[in-house]
Amino acid sequence: MADVTAPNSAVLVQSNRSSLHKLMQRKSTIAFLMALPLILLIAILVVYPAGYAIWLSMLNKSMSKFVGFGNFEFLFKRQTFWDVVFQSCLFAITAVIFKAMIGFVVAHFVHNIPSKGQRKWRGMLLVPWVIPPAMSTLAWLWLFDPSYSAFNWILAHFGIGPVPWLGEAGWARFAVILVNIWAGAPFFMIMYLAALKSVPDQLYEAAAIDGAAWWQRIWYVTLPMMRNIIAITALFSLIVTFANFDITRVLTSGGPLTATHLFATWAFKVGIESGDIPLGATVSLFMVPILAVAAAFILRDINKRGSEV
Amino acid sequence: MAQVTLRKVVKKYDEVPAVRGVDLDIADKEFIVLVGPSGCGKSTTLRMIAGLEEITGGDIAIGGNIVNDVPPKDRDIAMVFQNYALYPHMNVYENMSFGLKLKKTPKAEIDKRVRLAAGILDITELLDRKPKALSGGQRQRVAMGRAIVRDPKVFLFDEPLSNLDAKLRVQMRTEIKKVHQKVRTTTVYVTHDQVEAMTLADRVVVMNQGLIEQVGTPNDLYHSPATKFVAGFIGSPAMNFIPCQVEQAAGALRIRLTDALSFPVPAERTARYTPYVGKPSLVLGLRPEHIIETRPHIEPNQHDFDMKIDVVEPMGMETLVYFTVNGVEVCGRVNPNAGAAAAKTMKLRADLSNMHLIDDTTGKVL
Amino acid sequence: MADAAVTAAAPVRPAHYGSMSRDRRWAMRWSYFFLVLFAIFFLTPPLYMLLTSLKTSAEISAATNPWWVFAPTLENYVALLTKNEFLVFFRNSALVSVCVVTVTMVISVLAAFSLARMKFWGSATLATGVFLTYLVPDTLLFIPLFKMFAWFRDLTGIELINHWWTMIILYPTLSVPFATWIMIGYFASIPKELDEAALIDGAGWFQTLTKIFIPVAMPGIIAAMIFSFTVSWAQFLYPLAFTTSSSELLLPVGIVTTLIKGDVFNWGQIMTGALLGAAPPLIIYAFLMDYYVAGLTAGATKG
Repeated sequence: MADVTAPNSAVLVQSNRSSLHKLMQRKSTIAFLMALPLILLIAILVVYPAGYAIWLSMLNKSMSKFVGFGNFEFLFKRQTFWDVVFQSCLFAITAVIFKAMIGFVVAHFVHNIPSKGQRKWRGMLLVPWVIPPAMSTLAWLWLFDPSYSAFNWILAHFGIGPVPWLGEAGWARFAVILVNIWAGAPFFMIMYLAALKSVPDQLYEAAAIDGAAWWQRIWYVTLPMMRNIIAITALFSLIVTFANFDITRVLTSGGPLTATHLFATWAFKVGIESGDIPLGATVSLFMVPILAVAAAFILRDINKRGSEV
Repeated sequence: MAQVTLRKVVKKYDEVPAVRGVDLDIADKEFIVLVGPSGCGKSTTLRMIAGLEEITGGDIAIGGNIVNDVPPKDRDIAMVFQNYALYPHMNVYENMSFGLKLKKTPKAEIDKRVRLAAGILDITELLDRKPKALSGGQRQRVAMGRAIVRDPKVFLFDEPLSNLDAKLRVQMRTEIKKVHQKVRTTTVYVTHDQVEAMTLADRVVVMNQGLIEQVGTPNDLYHSPATKFVAGFIGSPAMNFIPCQVEQAAGALRIRLTDALSFPVPAERTARYTPYVGKPSLVLGLRPEHIIETRPHIEPNQHDFDMKIDVVEPMGMETLVYFTVNGVEVCGRVNPNAGAAAAKTMKLRADLSNMHLIDDTTGKVL
Repeated sequence: MADAAVTAAAPVRPAHYGSMSRDRRWAMRWSYFFLVLFAIFFLTPPLYMLLTSLKTSAEISAATNPWWVFAPTLENYVALLTKNEFLVFFRNSALVSVCVVTVTMVISVLAAFSLARMKFWGSATLATGVFLTYLVPDTLLFIPLFKMFAWFRDLTGIELINHWWTMIILYPTLSVPFATWIMIGYFASIPKELDEAALIDGAGWFQTLTKIFIPVAMPGIIAAMIFSFTVSWAQFLYPLAFTTSSSELLLPVGIVTTLIKGDVFNWGQIMTGALLGAAPPLIIYAFLMDYYVAGLTAGATKG
């Protein structure tokens, strides 16, 4: 069979089937068409409104006149605006730090117990994340109720006077942050748990043989291995927390006075409730810088990991 | 009739050539194995035959028709992938019949063909199972079954055994050979494993850096390699390459390895090697099995030499001995009872009637 | 230590090391202790919701122990479930969620298949863009959208404000980017040989998608569906900003705005409503927890 004579190349017949090259070209056209709904959706309902917000922020209240940076100047002169900046930062940073710490600690405890019980515990601990935030905040609102607060009922047994949970600026800020931590920590827990599970056991065994104590194992093995997920989860949560609306809106509506207003709730108040759309747009635009910075970090991280694969 | 013909086939990825002009004629019913190190272009060549890669230049013909522009499904080929590429959500029967179903083949016909192929491969009782519930070897069979069912002009295999463990690989190798003897379809088989290539092929195509180094039967390649690359690639342990010189002394040629070590060239090769007397950069190629121990009851001759052994590797039926000549590690195969031991001097014999003289600059076997 | 050495060859057990299993038992006990504390913290609000929903108004305003139900009753549930208004909220929410899940899956599966497998000019940029879109919060977009809707009405005469079905157009902006992201991850993890095998078997692109990719990536599709459902069920800002008449409200907004009338809080009904509003996501979560978690972590592990 090895010594077959080569067929004469003149025998080869050019076939006229649909061209492979054309097929490849058509492929990219089809691909584009398949992605088109997504492109349109993003362009019309995300990119365009985002750009439109910038335009709106430069109009006067009745949207009849271009005022340039007038709205921005107006805001800079108002104390409320600076309060909102402070409150948003305080709210986001404090909440994210506590969410990350609680998430990390709880993930460790869940990881420590025998694996057949882990599913059950994980299931229970994730419940706050599953409930729509507006609904769960109603429960907190009721727990914080000025006259019937169930927390105050317990505290009264220890002789601690009624706490004005939502009635006083400091306590109200604490309450808003607490509810956000309650709702967001489970998300961190689930992410960190997934990350913990991806650390190979051999690393811990090697560290144990090298004589590392439990905290050294966390410091030298767990944390470095999880650094990526810790960072990306925290950045992501920073964006979501900074732009949060539901919790504050339901719990305090920004009150007392403006003590708990965040950019989102204040923009809603100014833009929708008071009908000053340009000013509302201007307020909401102040979320962009911090969002952009966090997004840039996340993107860098994703690209880095993409190139490692 | 399903010969496969490649004429000056070129493949470039963004101007980086992967295949640099391959000419190959594969006869009907022939089992061809493309073998070479990773990145040599063997898989790319196979994928061009399959139509999964566009060709940059040249022609590919299947059964006398140029198929350069024909989409894979119309080329009448079947392919077995390295990771089997079984559809995980379909059972074995559905996996095997998927292609026929898309072609709107009548149900009865599909059933007949699937059962026939399943019979050939002995997987009839697995037809209801999902791929997840199959062992590696069984998945391999199903992948072949999927190919056989389509009754194609050409089978293409892309390293089909490299995901199996060593023992199963040997078993499936025999299996593939048996199947080919039954269905007699033209087959192009890609592997990086030269043993697989040798055992399966009617003809082996050795590729390197996008070019064909040599085409020939397994025995041809083993005994008369055309290049140093082929000589070194085929055979395990690999051929020894020792820098040498050709000397003329008293009308006879000698191969000189070191000041102390030289061998007479066998008389039948004298004429062939005479032109290379005194030439630089020559290499002696000698397979390990041609360096053996001297046996006490055999006459000593000029090819015997004493050598201090560095490392001994007992293999059971033979023992490999490693020693250093001219700065190069050399391997010999000796009888396990010959008493080889590390750091001990041993009497060895080089069988130069099977030697190869290689020009190290061109890589050609002279 | 000396008494441990019975013979010269016997291994010596240094007495000052506690047994390993004892250490581990203690670590376990502490873990359980803290897990119980955190579980109390995490589960108190929903449990308190349930407690309150079972109380009569009289009991709620009585000075008894708020952490116990002395006279359990279902009257709050009966009141809400027979209230036409509440049923309308529920229907609106259900319709919106079902439509949004459908729309999201069609858009994101098509786009993810195209981005993960087919590639076209700019497809890599688009994949990154999709992720960025996911990071754009609703709180940035609701004001310009409000104005865009007014402008759209002036242009076409179609009123988008104060209609529940407007949410079917809006919610996909929140669900599609992440759903696409999940699907890209799942599709990219399908070995390339599988589509090549399908190509050789004679499947076109559409058949490869429907017959191979969708069935193989089913876990991802379920995870993406759960995600889109959760997002659209829980969304609060858009309906709060864009709907006002009680027939057009969705469940979360409806409960917050209609059950709280001025300063009159009917806490029994509010908690019942909140619990019923939380029920669909909780039920889905209870049955499909693994898919839910897979969807949550997909962004981190597949990204």
